[in-house]
Amino acid sequence: MNEALWALGRGTGVVALVLLTVTVVLGILTRSGRPAFGLPRFAVTLVHRNSALIGAVFVLIHVVTLLFDPYAQLNAVDFFVPFLGSYHPFWLGLGTVGLDLLIAILVTALLRRWIGQRVFRVVHWAAYALWPIALFHSFGTGTDAGAPLFILLAVACSAVVVGAVIWRTTTAFQLRNRTTPDRRIEPSRIAADQKTKELR
Amino acid sequence: MSTPTRSGKVLHIDWTRCDARGSCTELLPELLRSDPWGYPLPAGGGSDVAIPAHLAAAARDAVGLCPVLALRLS
Amino acid sequence: MTMVDAHVQGGHAITPPTGTARLLAADDPAHAAHLARFGALPGRRGADAVIAELERAGLAGRGGAAFPTWRKLAAAAQSGRSGVIIANGSEGEPLSAKDSTLLHRSPHLVLDGLLLVAAELGAAEAHLVTTSAQLAPIRRAMDQRADAGGIRLHETHDRFVAGEASAVVNGIERGRAIPRDHVVRLTASGLGRRPTLVLNVETLAHIALVLRFGADWFRSIGSSDDPGTRLFTVVRGGERAVVEAAGGTLLSAVLRAGGADPARVRAVLVGGFHGAWVTGDAIDAPMSPAGLAPFGASPGAGILMVLPRGECGLARTAQITAYLAEQSAGQCGPCANGLPEIAEAMGRVGRRDRNSSLPRQLRELTALVTGRGACHHPDGTARMVLSALDAFDHDLRAHARGLCQEAAA
Repeated sequence: MNEALWALGRGTGVVALVLLTVTVVLGILTRSGRPAFGLPRFAVTLVHRNSALIGAVFVLIHVVTLLFDPYAQLNAVDFFVPFLGSYHPFWLGLGTVGLDLLIAILVTALLRRWIGQRVFRVVHWAAYALWPIALFHSFGTGTDAGAPLFILLAVACSAVVVGAVIWRTTTAFQLRNRTTPDRRIEPSRIAADQKTKELR
Repeated sequence: MSTPTRSGKVLHIDWTRCDARGSCTELLPELLRSDPWGYPLPAGGGSDVAIPAHLAAAARDAVGLCPVLALRLS
Repeated sequence: MTMVDAHVQGGHAITPPTGTARLLAADDPAHAAHLARFGALPGRRGADAVIAELERAGLAGRGGAAFPTWRKLAAAAQSGRSGVIIANGSEGEPLSAKDSTLLHRSPHLVLDGLLLVAAELGAAEAHLVTTSAQLAPIRRAMDQRADAGGIRLHETHDRFVAGEASAVVNGIERGRAIPRDHVVRLTASGLGRRPTLVLNVETLAHIALVLRFGADWFRSIGSSDDPGTRLFTVVRGGERAVVEAAGGTLLSAVLRAGGADPARVRAVLVGGFHGAWVTGDAIDAPMSPAGLAPFGASPGAGILMVLPRGECGLARTAQITAYLAEQSAGQCGPCANGLPEIAEAMGRVGRRDRNSSLPRQLRELTALVTGRGACHHPDGTARMVLSALDAFDHDLRAHARGLCQEAAA
C-alpha cells in the first residue's frame, strides 16, 4: 500500500510537470495571438486553460497522496508554508511555493471577470516563476531524478519552455507593429496662432 | 429561407481592451470578420452585434475565451 | 403665455436681456456686475419643474452633440441616487475659444448653472473641469461668492479627445483624460460609478438664464429648431473671434460678426475638426440643425473655420487629418491603425498624387473606422474627410490630374 502511494505520488508529479509545461507554452502562444499546431487561436486558449486545470488536478493528487505517505512525512502545514518539512526541507519547500503560486494563478484566472484584467495579468506573470520552481522541485525531491528517462523528459520540457520564452522576447513575436507617429503636429499650424479676439 | 430568431443578446466590443487576438472572429465567423488590422468587424459595422439564437452558445464562448476580456454579452 | 418682464432684486428691477447678447450681457466678470445684470439665483422649484422648463425651452447641449439637455437631466434624476454634476470646460477642440471666453467673461453664469442643477438634482458633488488658463479667473469668481466653496476645480489635459464626457470623468477619477468604454450611460454610472451628469459650460450658463427668465424668454430669439443664442468661434487665419448669435442666424451673418468677409470665403469648416465643410455658394445657410443638415453639418460646438479664396481645401483637410490621427489616444485598434492610414491617403490627395483610387480608398477606410471606438473621434474624423471629398469634388478631380484649381501656384 505504501509503495503504491509512493509510486502514485511520483507518477502524478511527473505528469503534472508535463501538463504545466504544455500550459506555459500554450500560454505564450495565446499571448502571441497566433494559431498553432493546426489549431485556431481560440482552441489554443482552450487547450491552455484545460491543460492547466488537469495539471492542477494532478498536482492535487500528488500532494494528497504524499500527505498519507510515511516516507515523505508531510503534514498539512507543509502544504502552504514552505521549508518546514523534515524530508528534504528545501526541495520540498520549493514544491510548497509552487503550490501556493499555482493556487494564486488558478484562482485569479477563474475570477478574471470579477477581479479585472490588470490583477489577473500581474498574478499570471507568476507562471514564469512557477514553472522553474516546479522543475527544480522535481529534481531535488524526485526519487527518479537520476533516471535517464526522467532526465530526458526534463530536458525536453526545458527546451520547449526556454525556446518559447526566447521567442516571446524577440521582435518576431508580435505580428502587428503598432508604431505611433513620431511627428508631432501643432494645431497652431492649422489654426494659425491662438490669439483670441472678442467681438460683441 | 427563414430569418434566424434573435436571442435578445447583444455582444459589445470594448475597443479600449481589444488587442486583435482573433479568437472571436474564429468563433463567430457568421457575425464577425477580421478588419485589415485583425480587429473584429461586425457585418453592420459599429461596436455592438445582435446575436441570433443559434449562435448564443458561440457568443458565450467568445466572451469566455477572449484573452483580454474585451467582450460583453448583455 | 406670459413672459417674465421684471425681477425685483434688492430694490432694482432686473430686465431680462433683450438682444442677442445674453451670455455675454454683463458689463464685466465680477459678481457685482453679474448680480446687477441678471439678479440673484432663482429659488428652488424641484427637479421635475426644472426638467419641464428646460424641455419647454428646447435647450440642446452646446458641447457638440446637441443632445436635449432636459433628457440628460431626466436620465440623471431617474436613477434616484445622489450623483455628480460636472461642468465641462475642457474645450479639447483647439480651434474653439467660446468656452474659455465664456469662463473669462461670465464665470458666474456658469457657476450659477452648476449650483442650480446640483441643488435641484440633489447632487453630492459638483465639479468644474477647464484648461489651465481658466483656473485663475474661475477661482477668483468662486472667491467672490459664498455659495461656490463646494465646487471642485480640475485642470484638464491639452488633448483633442480630453473633452469627451467619459474622458472628463476618467480625468477626474484617474488623472488621465482619455475616453473609456461605456455601455451604460454616464447618467446611470459615471464618476465613482455614481450617476454623472456632464454638461458643457455654455449649456450650464443657458440653464442659469432659463431658470431665471423662463422658457418663453429663451425661445423669444433663435429658430424653432435651434432656440436661444449660441456662442460661435470664428477662426480666420491667425485670429479667433467669439460671437454670440441667435440660433439659425445665417452663416454669412455670423462670419461677418466675427470679422470675416463672406465674399472672400472659399469654404467654412462648420463644427470644428470633427465638423463638415460648407462651400462658399452655401454661405447663406442658416446655422440651425435643419439648415446645415444638407451639408452633413450641424452647429456642433459653434466653430467656424474659414478657408479663404486661393487656398486649397484638400490640402487643408490633409493637414487637419494628420493632426487628428496624431491626437488619437491610441486605445482603440481601428482608430489607432485606421486614422494614420486615412491621414496618409488624404495627404497624398492633398499633394496632388495622381493615384485615382485614393478617393475610393478614403471612402473604404472611413467606413471601416466609423462607430468602432470608445469615443467618436474616428467617426468625427471620417465625417470631416468625407465632407471634404464632397465639398471639394472638382478639386479632387483636378488633383488626380496633378492640378489644383484653387491654389494655382
